[in-house]
Amino acid sequence: MKKFMSFGLLLVVMMSMMFFASCARKAPDGGEYPGEEPMAPRIGERADSETELEKQRRIAEEEIEAYRERQAAEAEQIRKEKEAAAFVDANVYFAFDNSSLSAEARETLLKQAKWLQENSDRSLIVEGHCDNRGTEEYNLALGSRRAQSVKDFLVNAGVEPSRIITISYGEERPAVRGDNEEAWSRNRRAEFRLR
Amino acid sequence: MKITYHLKIGCLFFIFLLAIGGKSFAEYDYINISDPFQKKIPIAVPVPASLTDNSETERLSQQVVDVLSNSLKFTGYFNVIDKRAFLDAPGKQGITVSEINFKNWRDIGSELLITGGVRLEGRVLQLEFRLFDPFRQTLLFGKRYTGEVSDMREMVLKFCDEMIHRLTGNFGVFNTQIAFVSEGRDGKALYVSDFDGENRRKLTENEDIVLTPAWSPDGRHLAYTSYKNGKPEIFVRSMETGRTELLASYEGLNITPAWMPGDSRLAATLSFEGDEEIYLLTKSGKVDKRLTNSWGVDVSPSFSPDGKKMAFVSGRAGSPQIFIMDLKTMRTNRLTFEGRYNTQPEWSPRGDKIAYSSMSGNTSDIFVINMDGSGRVQLTADAGRNESPSWSPDGNMIVFSSTRKGNSNIYGMTSSGTDQRPLFEMPGNQSLPDWSPRIER
Repeated sequence: MKKFMSFGLLLVVMMSMMFFASCARKAPDGGEYPGEEPMAPRIGERADSETELEKQRRIAEEEIEAYRERQAAEAEQIRKEKEAAAFVDANVYFAFDNSSLSAEARETLLKQAKWLQENSDRSLIVEGHCDNRGTEEYNLALGSRRAQSVKDFLVNAGVEPSRIITISYGEERPAVRGDNEEAWSRNRRAEFRLR
Repeated sequence: MKITYHLKIGCLFFIFLLAIGGKSFAEYDYINISDPFQKKIPIAVPVPASLTDNSETERLSQQVVDVLSNSLKFTGYFNVIDKRAFLDAPGKQGITVSEINFKNWRDIGSELLITGGVRLEGRVLQLEFRLFDPFRQTLLFGKRYTGEVSDMREMVLKFCDEMIHRLTGNFGVFNTQIAFVSEGRDGKALYVSDFDGENRRKLTENEDIVLTPAWSPDGRHLAYTSYKNGKPEIFVRSMETGRTELLASYEGLNITPAWMPGDSRLAATLSFEGDEEIYLLTKSGKVDKRLTNSWGVDVSPSFSPDGKKMAFVSGRAGSPQIFIMDLKTMRTNRLTFEGRYNTQPEWSPRGDKIAYSSMSGNTSDIFVINMDGSGRVQLTADAGRNESPSWSPDGNMIVFSSTRKGNSNIYGMTSSGTDQRPLFEMPGNQSLPDWSPRIER
């Protein structure tokens, strides 16, 4: 997409250059540009052609300006999508049988809160998850506590409570399978989902 | 459940082959159910005599003896004597008191003897059983059952049920069922089986997450948690009609339903007030009362049989432990102190003990403990994760889930931890068994 746009820009610049000197009639690949007519300025039409040139230059500049705006808007859109993706990808991790927020978790949540404030039209679901040790019933409640801790932090950081729903999955939806500390620590988490 | 049961086996009647002499002697001497370490009673169960002369009757006789032997073994009360030890030739042992050579049964050590007869006319099956004491040379009781061939298992279980009632003074497990969750490749579903794991039926369609089936005190309803609407909600299913209704759908958690004995209300954990607390719900799902009031997790209520107390799990002590609340005074005492992770309390039907699971490291085991915190006994050991204990309604057995063979399966054992065995084999993982009360049918 980007490549195509820069090629477009090149095309616009080249076309406007052709009005100054009609020397670049060949495309870089040797073929002729479609619809291009050779234009040798004639003496008697000089004033007219200068006005015309000025007009053409203005149009070209406007086109470049519009293109840049489009490009900036697109970059902004991409940036926003990336930020939203980063928001959704940012998990918060917990210690065993614990729902309190570590320093690292708080740092993550501050970024999450900032994004939520910048995107006040977005609502979210906070999912609480547990590792597969312990029993299902207690883990459902623990997952709920974890999601609630995250919600409380975000609300304290200024996010409207009505934008946040919590749901606990207990140990039902592990991020990774396995019966080892590596797997357990990755499964004790809160996840974010936009709705 | 078979509604037609009454009709089919309706014509059952006592056979008074022997006048028991007017005085009812104390049959309860045979099995003392309050003694968990009582030795097993040796019982002889020869193949019932074929009373109609055809191969189908003989085939049925073999099936009858298998169901009878397995069902009696299941209780943990009996040691069914190997038929190779029998002195009488098969089918020649006699079935009435005058025909039986009691010495031949005493000599192989059998303290009880069941003789039977099978009669098949068309599709009408008639079974008769007699229970003898070979030492006293007396008939303890005898019964005849009539039904269809397809009712054979139910007819045998009916006899077992009456026999256990006569020997112990209590009803056994033969008219009970076990609900559980099974997880396969296509998701989770609720199942129900007979007391011994036979006759398994799938109750619900496959879902993402379905958890903690809980029988109502009359055995007519099953409450459980399902995520079928995308969040944990409590449903109640009628076991008669199969109709399922949404009971509780408060914001946040709606989990771990438990019915209050002698009452239509249920306790469950909800979190709509921002904290996981146990509430009492009316049968229509309205909050009647908040029972717990502590910061942190309160979950898994289980009522005492008289409904006056409630055991539950709380994280208030810094780790999950079991507490008991007096529902009149609302006073709460901590029950478990040993171990860092004690959950899933289940009050015994006799009211004196609580079974629970205790996790340590990567294993869990089933324990029982007295109401005052004394007499803590570990029932499983060195065998993976053993979780979700549930008592049989006679208090004699406990069903639970175990990963001792890799996958999680449903196991049974006596309440003293003996006779541990899987109840059935089934693909996938089975968990969260709940033993029904006695279901009258």
